[in-house]
Amino acid sequence: MGDVEELIKAHGELKREVYLDFENSSPVPGEILEVMLPYFNRVAYGNPTLTHKPGWEAYEAISKSAEKIASFIGSKEPEEINFTPGETEANNLALIGAALRRKEKGRKILVSEVEPLSILHVCRMLENYGFTTVNVPVDEEGFINLERLKELADREVILASFMAVNNEIGTIEPLREAVEIVKDKSPEAIFHTDASDAYGRVRFDVGRLDVDLATISSYKILGPRGIGALYVKGGVSLEKILEGQFGTQKLWPGVENTPLIVGFAAASEKAFSNFDGNVAHMARLRDKLISGILNGLDGTILNGPLGDRRAPDNVNVSFLKCEGESLTVELSLRGVYVSSGSACTRRILQPSHVLLAIGRRFEEAHGSILMKVTRYHTDEDIEYVLQSIREAVSRLRMIYGSMGG
Amino acid sequence: MSRAPLPYSPKILDLFRNPKNLGRMEDADAWAVAGNPACGDMITFYLKVSENEVIERASFESYGCAANIATSSILTEMVKGKTLKEAWEISWKQVSEEVGGLPSVKFHCGVLAVGAMRRAIREYYKRKGKTPDWLPKDITFEERQALEEEELAKRLAKRIGGSSVA
Ligand code: FES
Repeated sequence: MGDVEELIKAHGELKREVYLDFENSSPVPGEILEVMLPYFNRVAYGNPTLTHKPGWEAYEAISKSAEKIASFIGSKEPEEINFTPGETEANNLALIGAALRRKEKGRKILVSEVEPLSILHVCRMLENYGFTTVNVPVDEEGFINLERLKELADREVILASFMAVNNEIGTIEPLREAVEIVKDKSPEAIFHTDASDAYGRVRFDVGRLDVDLATISSYKILGPRGIGALYVKGGVSLEKILEGQFGTQKLWPGVENTPLIVGFAAASEKAFSNFDGNVAHMARLRDKLISGILNGLDGTILNGPLGDRRAPDNVNVSFLKCEGESLTVELSLRGVYVSSGSACTRRILQPSHVLLAIGRRFEEAHGSILMKVTRYHTDEDIEYVLQSIREAVSRLRMIYGSMGG
Repeated sequence: MSRAPLPYSPKILDLFRNPKNLGRMEDADAWAVAGNPACGDMITFYLKVSENEVIERASFESYGCAANIATSSILTEMVKGKTLKEAWEISWKQVSEEVGGLPSVKFHCGVLAVGAMRRAIREYYKRKGKTPDWLPKDITFEERQALEEEELAKRLAKRIGGSSVA
């Protein structure tokens, strides 16, 4: 098999690059990296549970970071912020931790069918241990079907997990209504939300929403990878899912990664310091990208809703007669980095479950491209992306040709 | 369920950039489609064959990943100048070697290319109304894979509308 180094060489130099794959990873902007750097070796490099200066410094840095992040989601208690290595771990902790703690009360878990795999796969695992998962369907724009939720929610429900904003298609879910329905039917149930795609982009307040648990992630707001957090409302108790030496984090053992935590807090501050301005900028570029694609190319379908009901950063479009994996490669050769929900990008021949859940046919899902814009992108970036997409799609459609027809 | 890491060979990238023998062949003596758009994998393979059963030209159209495009393209080169029997004997492993190796999750793309080529050869003989003795009566591995993929696509397509989750 090919040597990756050679592949990268063959890929060649690019005169312009626009990274839009913020769903899957993010570069750390210089202004955030700078805040982090001293914490690797100049200050606060000690273990925050120990009785020496570098340890106390670390304790202080972590507490300050938790305080900031708590304030951004409307929590008054920094102790409610539990740092984990990321969104996946926070989701695992939320679901497994809550299910194990509540198992004597019932076995039923409610989720939407468009949750990320770090929710759906955990549910599948819990099913092997005697829990049952009930999937709540969504409509063709990805909104949870609240009527179905009312029918499916009952006293048996011990845990519900519904994302705040869909990571693939940007749908801003009616979370407040969902919480009310679940708590009305089962007042004891724990309500978790994966808010990774809301945090820093869509107003999200744990108090107003009355959720018990919420997952947030650093790289989705341009912070470093490898750090996230689970908000756990005071008084809600979870089973730990990992054992070991516990430090400042009550639910996650191991040595705290202070530079990443500080980076997460710094990225949060940047996202929230000019929240409305950032959101307006992203939404404008998002709409420019969406309308440029839909108006500029035939055989295109927008996935997810439009306008205020869509996350300001999310663009997800299907290109017919264009397979998504080759489109990601073709765009990469033009310096535009995106991802696809095509089956060809996965190990099994099945495309994105989110796109199938909103009723996309397979050939529509295969041609899907997911992009996210940030406050750093410019109009020129979007124009370059639009031009690259037009060229890439027309080349791949030429390869598709008549397909024997 | 994980996403595949895809360290393509430089050769695949090159063929993806500059595919050879691309496009519909108007004067083809035989052509065949393998795969299904529902799988995201589909190849059309065209053959121009001389009187003495030598492949003069081959071309392709493709809907699929970069490996699909690259393997189809290289196969059109590999069969050129070969007799139909020689072309038939090319295995997907040879195709894979020729493109500098396929990542394991992409084996099936090379298999599909060979499946499409063999179908086109069968089609050629069908049109001629003859069956050479070397042509296997039963479908071969590569053809069966193409068939299985098409059936899988049908099954998956039927499941849409149900509540199944990836
Ligand atoms: S064509 Fe789908 S993986 Fe290659």
